[in-house]
Amino acid sequence: MDLKEEEFIYPGTRACAGCGMALIYRIALKALGPKTILTVPASCLTVLHGMQGFCSTKLSVLHTPFATTGASASGIVASLDDKGLSDEICVVAFAGDGGTTDIGIQSLSGAAERGTNFIYACYDNEAYMNTGVQRSGSTPLGAFSTTTPMGKDGHKKNMPKILEAHGIPYVATACASYPLDLYEKFQKAREIKGPKYIHILAPCPPGWGYEPKDTIKIGRLAVETGFWPLYEIENGRMTLSRPSKKYSDEQKRKPIKEYLETQKRFKSLDNNTVQNYEQYINDLWSEVNQRLEREQE
Amino acid sequence: MSKPEEEKWKKICKSKEERPKVQEYKNWTELPPIPISLPLDGSMGRTGDWRTFRPVINTSECNKCGICWMYCPEGVIQKNEDGDYEIDLEYCKGCGICATECPTKNIEMKRESEM
Repeated sequence: MDLKEEEFIYPGTRACAGCGMALIYRIALKALGPKTILTVPASCLTVLHGMQGFCSTKLSVLHTPFATTGASASGIVASLDDKGLSDEICVVAFAGDGGTTDIGIQSLSGAAERGTNFIYACYDNEAYMNTGVQRSGSTPLGAFSTTTPMGKDGHKKNMPKILEAHGIPYVATACASYPLDLYEKFQKAREIKGPKYIHILAPCPPGWGYEPKDTIKIGRLAVETGFWPLYEIENGRMTLSRPSKKYSDEQKRKPIKEYLETQKRFKSLDNNTVQNYEQYINDLWSEVNQRLEREQE
Repeated sequence: MSKPEEEKWKKICKSKEERPKVQEYKNWTELPPIPISLPLDGSMGRTGDWRTFRPVINTSECNKCGICWMYCPEGVIQKNEDGDYEIDLEYCKGCGICATECPTKNIEMKRESEM
């Protein structure tokens, strides 16, 4: 196993038992190494760090207001540039899906447009989990949240596509259930200059409604049913990641019902919505497959 | 800086080993005066108290693949000097991911009250 032995978070954090985000954070910090500055907006990650006075991360962390993640990262990069340290030290913004798709999108877009040399990692638990499961732009179709008690109306926002349209050098998706894939993506992103964006699916036991022990299983099902394709886009060229490669064939994908049935938030789904999901996944993959074919020519 | 604030700083400026644990503070007024936080294990106290089921590794049958170590969200599973994997029960929250993901099924979740 080529994962680093060194840990950058101390045990005894405030994250829930079986938290997908805590696993992502732990693996990502292993890949990034000690010369990293983190900037974190209000999110579950702020909760993970603990009460004022103590912090569970060994690296420098800046806690910022919700909307300013991209801007604060730009500020840190500018000050590092001024000191001539920007090649050595990596700046990473770690935000949740609410802080990325809804509230923080303007500062992220601005930072990407300016070409700030930083990594933006979005862990996507598909709602505002630390305030008590409110709907976000990333909540999938039909999912329960306290603000959508009958299930959400639309599909989730395709954030990697929006960031790709900024023409940034590296965009990737990852999942908490594949730590080695996640580790490789963070290591790769650290070597590239310019804005980098990584979108990671983070299963959440209390918000999604499943037993904490199933976190890895559910993340894996999301990839196996084709709901969450893992890919990288480097300088406009897309490559499927290893865990997702064989699911480009429709026959090999598991039925989406298997994924939906494992979670209480999809309890009220009817057959129409399940069909809508099948259509959504087929459209998603035909777009990916067409793009891969076009780029091979 | 006033005197009580100076004393607060003396407490927090020690090395990680000498620094008081979170649970040793009586209330928030003893916390450092400015919003800066220093790294410490157990920033949320002894999270082992949250546990209902305790993971127990069967070390004689374990093939030491390290998959439990890789998937542990807390990072409480560590290799000891003999090369066996050990769980830090002071902070393990008992989520059961290690027991579910173990390929040889050598981790068992046992109820805390029966231990």
